Amino acid sequence: MASGVAAWLPFARAAAIGWMPVANMPMPIAPTEKNKRADELIVLNVSGRRFETWRNTLDRYPDTLLGSSEKEFFYNEETKEYFFDRDADVFRAVLNFYRTGKLHYPRSECITSYDEELSFFGIIPEIIGDCCYEEYKDRRRENQERLMDDDEDKKDAKLPNMTFRETMWRAFENPHTSTMALVFYYVTGFFIAISVLTNVVETVPCGATPNTKEVTCGDRYTVAFFCMDTACVLIFTVEYLMRLFAAPSRYRFMRSVMSIIDVVAILPYYIGLVMTDNEDVSGAFVTLRVFRVFRIFKFSRHSQGLRILGYTLKSCASELGFLLFSLTMAIIIFATVMFYAEKGSTSSKFTSIPASFWYTIVTMTTLGYGDMVPKTIAGKIFGSICSLSGVLVIALPVPVIVSNFSRIYHQNQRADKRRAQKMQKARLARIRISKTGSSNAFLHSKRNGLFSEALELTSSIEEEQHLSKNQSLLESQHHHLLHCLEKTTNHEFADELCYEQSYLEGALQSYPSQSPSLSSQEGMTGTCCTRHTKRNHAPLPNSSIPTCALSHTHPHHNLQELSTIHIQPLNTSRSSLNMRVDEPARLNCQSGTITTAIISIPTPPATTPESDAHPPPPGPTLQNVVKVSAL
Amino acid sequence: MAGCAKRCKQGLVKCVLSLYKLVTGTLNKDKIDDDFELSIVCHRPEGLDKLEAQTNFSKQELQVLYRGFKNECPSGVVNEDTFKQIYAQFFPHGDASTYAHYLFNAFDSAHSGSIKFEGFIMALSTLLRGSVREKLTWTFNLYDINRDGYINKEEMTDIVSAIYDMMGKYTYPALKTDTPKQHVDAFFQKMDKNRDGVVTLDEFILSCQEDENIMRSLQLFKNVI
Repeated sequence: MASGVAAWLPFARAAAIGWMPVANMPMPIAPTEKNKRADELIVLNVSGRRFETWRNTLDRYPDTLLGSSEKEFFYNEETKEYFFDRDADVFRAVLNFYRTGKLHYPRSECITSYDEELSFFGIIPEIIGDCCYEEYKDRRRENQERLMDDDEDKKDAKLPNMTFRETMWRAFENPHTSTMALVFYYVTGFFIAISVLTNVVETVPCGATPNTKEVTCGDRYTVAFFCMDTACVLIFTVEYLMRLFAAPSRYRFMRSVMSIIDVVAILPYYIGLVMTDNEDVSGAFVTLRVFRVFRIFKFSRHSQGLRILGYTLKSCASELGFLLFSLTMAIIIFATVMFYAEKGSTSSKFTSIPASFWYTIVTMTTLGYGDMVPKTIAGKIFGSICSLSGVLVIALPVPVIVSNFSRIYHQNQRADKRRAQKMQKARLARIRISKTGSSNAFLHSKRNGLFSEALELTSSIEEEQHLSKNQSLLESQHHHLLHCLEKTTNHEFADELCYEQSYLEGALQSYPSQSPSLSSQEGMTGTCCTRHTKRNHAPLPNSSIPTCALSHTHPHHNLQELSTIHIQPLNTSRSSLNMRVDEPARLNCQSGTITTAIISIPTPPATTPESDAHPPPPGPTLQNVVKVSAL
Repeated sequence: MAGCAKRCKQGLVKCVLSLYKLVTGTLNKDKIDDDFELSIVCHRPEGLDKLEAQTNFSKQELQVLYRGFKNECPSGVVNEDTFKQIYAQFFPHGDASTYAHYLFNAFDSAHSGSIKFEGFIMALSTLLRGSVREKLTWTFNLYDINRDGYINKEEMTDIVSAIYDMMGKYTYPALKTDTPKQHVDAFFQKMDKNRDGVVTLDEFILSCQEDENIMRSLQLFKNVI
């Protein structure tokens, strides 16, 4: 029910008068307001601050604390007010929700206290208006992360019953857990540094014997360097094997980047061991030594900054790729131009276009080595244009990388946003459910209403009040309005299921023959789920409800309906609702037959379901139904 | 030849302008948004006493009605979009916008595009507390879309289709495409006494007075406020 526009319901009902001349059927009786009292102000005392509002304002949302009878628990007889021992500032937002229909989140409030107040007053946070919803969700996420961080710190405490393997893995991943792990961490770091240093120093020329040429340290102290190298590789191998053993999923570990770096770092040594004697592949052997420098990447386990840098480069790979492409285009263009410009000059270094590539790159990056310079005037002009454009092109990637680096910070928040999107869908789903709840409420209440209308006539006042408590007055008025619309159009609201069923059966019933159509009309009667009917050959207590509808409530209406049946072919009887309007001839004879059916059994179905709530004896029901089908 | 010269001149002017823009830069001047004031029309209704005299409502009823009106339309006037939105909330199953459009035109007798509280109250007074003749006249004006004094079949079909639109897609029995037309035919059968294809106000009132159902249902909403 559109509680926010509840005040406009009288207008909508008044406008329903526009349907009356179009309708062919009598309208249902309007719900009466038995306990109608003038709208009164109620006082809500929240921790000493008094709020006053109309009772009707609070009744707009009957499924919250303030809108339902739950608030009676807080009623203070002496002071004639409702006292709540809660936060008055948050209550302002809650009360404004009733007044305006929009729930706002006051930014100065703590998110947990706000959530608590909302749950106390029975309001779901999903209906926070769009203006405040983002802020609310952000604060909530922050709060959850903070709580999660606290949990993680607690998690570092050693859990009991961890296997040796799990302990080892935790030690590898988080060196601060135990002293052993810390020692291991520093030892491996030290050895990585040693290894890298060894590789570097190996190539430094150190000390020459007077008559021979300078030798590198590596060649001079071969054994020492070899021992150093062996020691480092041993350490790295042991470390790798230990990690492999401790990894929870070995396959996943072997695929990870760090493990590949480890392997690449130690493999050349072993290959070198195998291939030392063979002179032909010494060239390849030398190349393999280059790979030893990859040991420096092992530092990334030790340094967070390296990891972020690697992540940055990975994340802006596409932008850099595009820039590289545009740079390549520019290089090719300028190289071609320079080549042809310098073709004429003698002893030009621009021997071919690929040779000009080198000049173009050096010029565009403003390096300017000077090993290749243009000599012709045209060459110089184009060369200057090339360097100017180079400045522009090189300046482009820098902001990209910078912005990407800051984007890494928000990278992990993107995962949260994805989670939030799922929550957004859930939120929309919840709001949609509550909205369809209002339209389904009508269908539900019709089912109940037919039952309760039958009770209304004979039940006492208390029972009526009890029934009407299930539906607020507003709801019953709204449902009456929808009921009038149904009567005007001579169609009923149905949910999807029924619609599809009746549609299918309508498609099946395209045969013009008389009796099958009649009996199949029974079929349609039988299967509509909103009416809970079963196939008529199996009379069940539920079928009392259609007979209720058949007789349609109030006695003084009954006669009216009987007379209207005579006047118009579209009558209110059950099976007539299934009649198609495009068969007027058959309608007349059908109506004739059906009127006889109704007239012949006027009172029993009219009074028995109304006089007692129990289903009428199956006899007359069955009889009635059988009569229709026979005709 | 003259056309060619004119085109040349235009081209030249464009060239000069683009060159000028190139030189001076094309910083867009700030659009003068200040002129475009949000046309907040704030309308206050006449005094309570005056309205009470003009309509059939009591003071308390007017108060309740105005509070609801002002809550939804703080500016004091309802425009068509707000009207449609409000009306659509009562009919979640289907599409109430067409019927709301016709209703809006019926309420907005002055065709100003917005309904003020007085107009709203007058119409409500007619609908809820007026005589049978007044109610039927109002309904006739609702159906007579082009206000020519006659309801013809097209107008009635529009109205009836709009009413059926409010039912939505899922109805029992399923709506067929010619259901509105059938309904309109039945309507004309009943209302058009002299079979001239249009319904005049007198025919309408006479036919409605003959039909007991309609008479009774007109009194249905007496106690709405």
